[in-house]
Amino acid sequence: MSDAVQEVPLTGSLVAPRPLRIGERQVGATLVLALCAILVLIIGLPLWALLSKSVENTEGHFVGLANFVTYATTPTLVASLVNSLFVAATTTALVIPLAFAYAYALCRSRIPGKGLFYAAAMVPVFAPSLLSGLALIYVFGNQGLLKSWLMGASLYGPVGVIAAESLYCFPHAMLIMVTALALSDGRLREAAEALGTSRWRIFRTITLPAARYGVISASFVVFTLVITDFGIPKVIGGQFSVLATDAYRQVVGQQNFPMGAVVGIILLVPAVIAFFIDRAAQKRQSAMLSARAVPYSPKPERRRDTVLLILVSLVAFTIVAPYAIAVWGSFVRYWPYNLSLTLNNYDFSTVEPSGWEPYRNSLMLAGLTAIIGTTLIFCGAYLVEKLKAVPHLRAFAHFLAMLPMAVPGLVLGLGYVFFYNAIWNPLGFLYGTLAILVINTIAHFYTVGHITALTSLKQIDSEFEAVSASLKVPFWTTFRRVTAPICMPAILDIAVYVFVNAMTTVSAVIFLYGADTKLASIAIVHMDEAGAVASAAGMATVIMLTAIAVKLLHIALDRLVFGRLQRWRQR
Amino acid sequence: MKSWFASCLVAISLATPGIAYAQKTKVTIYTALENDQLGPFKASIEKAVPEAEVVWVRDSTGVITARFLAEKDNPRADMVIGLAASSLLAFEKAGLLETYKPAGVDKLKEPFRDPKEPYTWTGMDAYLGVVCFNTAEAKGVPVPSSWKDLLVPGLKGKIVMPHPASSGTGYLMVAGWLQTMGEAEGWKFMDGLHENIAAYLHSGSAPCVQAARGERVVGLALDMRGASEKTKGAPIEVIIPKEGVGWEMEASAIVKGTKNLAIAKKVADWGATKEASELYSKTYAIVAAPDVKNTPPNYPAGAEAGMIKNDLSWMAENRDRVLAEWSKRYESKAAPKN
Repeated sequence: MSDAVQEVPLTGSLVAPRPLRIGERQVGATLVLALCAILVLIIGLPLWALLSKSVENTEGHFVGLANFVTYATTPTLVASLVNSLFVAATTTALVIPLAFAYAYALCRSRIPGKGLFYAAAMVPVFAPSLLSGLALIYVFGNQGLLKSWLMGASLYGPVGVIAAESLYCFPHAMLIMVTALALSDGRLREAAEALGTSRWRIFRTITLPAARYGVISASFVVFTLVITDFGIPKVIGGQFSVLATDAYRQVVGQQNFPMGAVVGIILLVPAVIAFFIDRAAQKRQSAMLSARAVPYSPKPERRRDTVLLILVSLVAFTIVAPYAIAVWGSFVRYWPYNLSLTLNNYDFSTVEPSGWEPYRNSLMLAGLTAIIGTTLIFCGAYLVEKLKAVPHLRAFAHFLAMLPMAVPGLVLGLGYVFFYNAIWNPLGFLYGTLAILVINTIAHFYTVGHITALTSLKQIDSEFEAVSASLKVPFWTTFRRVTAPICMPAILDIAVYVFVNAMTTVSAVIFLYGADTKLASIAIVHMDEAGAVASAAGMATVIMLTAIAVKLLHIALDRLVFGRLQRWRQR
Repeated sequence: MKSWFASCLVAISLATPGIAYAQKTKVTIYTALENDQLGPFKASIEKAVPEAEVVWVRDSTGVITARFLAEKDNPRADMVIGLAASSLLAFEKAGLLETYKPAGVDKLKEPFRDPKEPYTWTGMDAYLGVVCFNTAEAKGVPVPSSWKDLLVPGLKGKIVMPHPASSGTGYLMVAGWLQTMGEAEGWKFMDGLHENIAAYLHSGSAPCVQAARGERVVGLALDMRGASEKTKGAPIEVIIPKEGVGWEMEASAIVKGTKNLAIAKKVADWGATKEASELYSKTYAIVAAPDVKNTPPNYPAGAEAGMIKNDLSWMAENRDRVLAEWSKRYESKAAPKN
């Protein structure tokens, strides 16, 4: 539709803005091309650099599919594959309904303390994943407070992995669903209510279809997050082996890069499937927020609100309590034999030569990643979703953007070593600097930000673009004055998400940090390895508090500044 | 878009720490030393070689080895200090180490010198795989004195040991059993032990920490970790089984192609001095210099005597084969057992 409008030649005399003779299409195509180039550079080529190893032997000679044959004939594979699928499916089945109900309560009810509940559900995102493992060991481990609750089952195995993965994935799922539920057209519901439609029917025919895209995206995000995560299985998996720990063992244990690459390729399968299902779902998704939409604001309703409040409180408590115990553990002198409290564990210089320095590095990394990453991710998502030019390039960019989620950080990190440390690479000067950590972290967390941005953009009617085009307003003006402000909540969500993940990530950057750029999250791993569990929990607590502080700032900003920009949504 | 990208690059380059010392030369050293050792090592090296400024890149043995090999086309390290000799043997085999025999190596104990020409690496200290036994959680199981004592049914699901594929300590134990008991007997022993193992952990010290905290009853782990956990007040016994224990050593070497060869050689010389050995002995009981001894409190008696006759090049050459066999036997059964 907007195509037709754009094709009308400018007559000049009627509307005489600045001379914009270079067509919007060319500008759009150039920008999409630039986006593709960046994504190829930060995602495509490093992955290719590693994956091409999968057809080489350890000496670097081409061996075709021999590695895959070796892997497939190793009995471990089937076991790990089944384990991985089982854990991922169970976690998804557990997390998605809960996250949906939670997001529903936050967006479509009048329960009190929504900000608090939102923050509570986000706690796992704020903490390094290692902390969720430590937290569960404090609570349910063999010396844990509530060991008896497991009724003889051991935490170290699928039980612990599923529990920890659920904690870890819940906020990711919730974030996407809140975005999906946040924007909706109130007129539909009002019409339905006026017609006396039952609540269940409204839920089934209006709410669910509107959120369908979010549910599908969230399911795939959770599934792939679980399948590719190696931190949790490593900490509390015991003997329960999964694909990601296989990759870790092959690479770090045996320096067998080709085999690690083979596992990396196997792990890419879910992402590729996700990409195609996503494309299919997208075709059937229509914009929820048309230009004439009226935002829905829920009315109080005692029974619904009470039920939801109970549910949300239970979930929030289950999420927050283990972390609170881990924080307490960081102040304990010698768990579990001497429970007196001390601040000694926070004097990191006793267990980490650079003391608090890694924390400052992490702050720097997270800040830069949030600013640069969010700009790139949101602009990229806009180009992919709203432009009409060069459809194949945009699909390619979308595909690249979906890839990182399926790539275990370890695989991506090694890819970066192979690509950016190659002698022929002119970008080699980046290696070993903070810049490479920033680039790598953006790439690593690209997908969820991309999906969040897309989900938010999809809900804005493309009529905005059409109208702008007919008014001869170029798309970048529409972007600046309409699209970006409408999506500001989602943009901030992405920024906070990226910031927090940059603070907590370990797996990819462990191969890339340099002598001056050691990160707090890596320091935690080192402290944990050295057995300084309490100090590790302490550093993790510091990270968590920083991230929570950023989140509070975000909420305040949301209220103070963007509250005004978003006022049009209320009547 | 272009302009923000450019300004980001500027921001990044501003954020990257600049060169602080003009006259000092930065020597990048890859290491798997424990965190708390790095400060004193740096101070001692910089005192002995004033023109050097040591910058560490530290990680666990597996990670740092993988990283070094991944970077082999364009090495980023000038030296490697405090990494398992088996890793250095692999680097040597791949031709990544500079040939240099530091001054004074001939005075060191014989096992700590590279036995083969060309001379590339020098041993620093040795570590052993011992048994940490939690007496408070034992529930009637007698304190073991032999490896065979770990096979009793009362310990089923209560032993943790390092995974030999991801932990140097795990591999040195497996290699130790195979070398002392012989291949057939060694595998038979591990078959039995596997029945009692709760998990194979990816760290050489974590098993003892878990035993010390009562998470497990038995942790097979590094000797020094056992002593330090006991000193911190954990109710554990640190045991050298009577058949002897496997061991590995940490070593140092210069990376081939380093731009700072002259300074690296001086640092390598430092590594062979008595002063350096005194530093090693702060964390390891058994070190390269023959006249340095500093046994920590609660260190098991007779540890040096308990060290088996260990063939490091056997360990290096048979690593892939042993790990493949280990993986075939035990990882296929890696389903949750408890």
